[in-house]
Amino acid sequence: MKTAFTNFATGLNLLVLLSLLLTTACGTGGKTNDPGPEPFGAPTPYVLQVPPLFPKPLPQPADNPLTVEGIALGRHLFYEKALSMDNSKSCGSCHQQSKAFTDGLAQAEGVGGTQHPRSAMALQNLLWEPRLTWDGAHTSLEQQARVPIENPLELHQPLAAGITRLQALAKYPELFGKAFGTSAVAEERVLKALAQFQRTLVSGNSRFDRYNRGDQDILTPDEVRGMELFSIHPNGRIRGGNCSDCHGGPLQTDRNFRNNGLSSSFGADRGLGGLTGRPTDNGKFRVPSLRNIALTAPYMHDGRLATLEDVLDHYNEHVQFSSPTLDPLMRNTTNDPLQLSPHLELTAQEKRQIVAFLKTLTDEDFVKDPRFAEPQ
Amino acid sequence: MIFSRFAALAASLALGTVLLGSCDKKEDPAAEPQKSVFSVELENTVGNRSLHLDTDTYTTAAGDQFTISTFKYYLSNLELLKADGSATVLPDTYFLVDQAKKESQQLQLTDVPTGDYTALRFVVGVDSARTKAGNLQGVLGDDNGMWWAWSKEFINVKLEGTSPQSPKGGLVFHIAGFKGANGANNTIRTVTLPFPGGSKLLVRTDHTPEIHLQVDALKMFSGPTTIRFATVNNSMGGPASVQIADNIAAGMFSVEHLHAN
Repeated sequence: MKTAFTNFATGLNLLVLLSLLLTTACGTGGKTNDPGPEPFGAPTPYVLQVPPLFPKPLPQPADNPLTVEGIALGRHLFYEKALSMDNSKSCGSCHQQSKAFTDGLAQAEGVGGTQHPRSAMALQNLLWEPRLTWDGAHTSLEQQARVPIENPLELHQPLAAGITRLQALAKYPELFGKAFGTSAVAEERVLKALAQFQRTLVSGNSRFDRYNRGDQDILTPDEVRGMELFSIHPNGRIRGGNCSDCHGGPLQTDRNFRNNGLSSSFGADRGLGGLTGRPTDNGKFRVPSLRNIALTAPYMHDGRLATLEDVLDHYNEHVQFSSPTLDPLMRNTTNDPLQLSPHLELTAQEKRQIVAFLKTLTDEDFVKDPRFAEPQ
Repeated sequence: MIFSRFAALAASLALGTVLLGSCDKKEDPAAEPQKSVFSVELENTVGNRSLHLDTDTYTTAAGDQFTISTFKYYLSNLELLKADGSATVLPDTYFLVDQAKKESQQLQLTDVPTGDYTALRFVVGVDSARTKAGNLQGVLGDDNGMWWAWSKEFINVKLEGTSPQSPKGGLVFHIAGFKGANGANNTIRTVTLPFPGGSKLLVRTDHTPEIHLQVDALKMFSGPTTIRFATVNNSMGGPASVQIADNIAAGMFSVEHLHAN
């Protein structure tokens, strides 16, 4: 893993270096109509620390390498209320660090109290997510960042208007200058900086992680039993909760889209099907990472389940088998020794143990990391 | 600092050029076996129909209807065989083929000694030695949905889907594991595929040939053991998985043709 990370970092460094060289070369190309030299040096490459045992991050856009100054600008913008129509909300309003960058609401609330049909997703380990948001509509953070800013149900302001407001705020010319070499406040730069900041939101130091790194005493027997149940697909001989078929590995997600049987029919929000137009995709939503899951209630794409206990009850007792695109893993999974029951058939104690395990996924360092907090 | 790094970069580039240049000049094929590349293209099918996830309904040889939502398998330990029976091992070859990922269905083999080869041999799954060795990353990483964390074994072949013949409607086949008394639950299989009609794979420095394999998911359910979904529809390792592994070894893979390229 170290090698993979080093390669990634080296690649990043080279890219930064290359782009610096190119920039310098262009700069000496003899443009004479510059308004005057800007006192900004080159930004400092930022080397992201990938937690031990994590897979290699996905390739990131070559034209937006992480820099200390770019991330700093992104952090200011993430908490910048001028990007909302009435200066009332920022990205950080619905993505609060203390809740693993969720908001505690079933459905997110935009400016003026408008209700979004979906629940705010946690922002963590996005370097490993090939597709973003509940239906995977976006594949890059740069592209995605514009959506909540401009969506009438969210910050509800064209980014162009936000740029005008940012230009009027004293701190930004210097922040943009340090991040991008000149003080120009531009849409593309806002999106790039927001993406950079979000890429640094890495959570990998929960008790679960420390257990996996060898600290075997850090989990209680109940939590360990919960982890076993979590990871086992039952077959009548061996008991399990069948969670990790979708939420396995260090990322706690298979980065797939699935129908987990919440409803027998689909309302206005068809999830992946709304995006692809394929009826076989209806009712499928992104499998979210379960990292910090104890902090991100309520649950599911529309926040319909209030607690982790409700979630366990859903998977154990309330899966809607008539749901047309229900995942096969939801159908064929039972602890019934005869394999006849349609239901999971976990005991109350087993459900409690799985919930105990889920709470070991909370990363206190992540939610208290001052680098991610609103700048003072 | 930037200039020193650039200097290092320039130096390494220059070095590379020098090395390349020296290779060009002294050619001594006897001393150093020549290396080239070839590729394997995998076409996943259900019988002779193309495999389309979710949308298409297929019928097994025994008459059960089903759809497929997931189809993934490991191929590893590739070897090329020659007419004299000698085997050229292609070291550290591990591939995860996923029907949902087009790019995973094209395997690139590099550093292959040039020669005339008459057959391809590979392991369906991940060998137990590699599994036990640990340090599993990339396609062997535990984030690919192919790893049993509790028993530390790989799912070698995974097929999920639906069937009206399955009492609860689902099909979940995780052909996994290698343990059990005397390897009773071993689902890792080795397959040898002679090239059809005596054709040869000619690996040359100026040729990059391609082996086109057909991978017929239907064959999981017929062959030595006929699988009926009414009774076998949720196999997570164990006896039924072993039977399916035998079916896989007997007929799931076949060479469709070779491209000389």
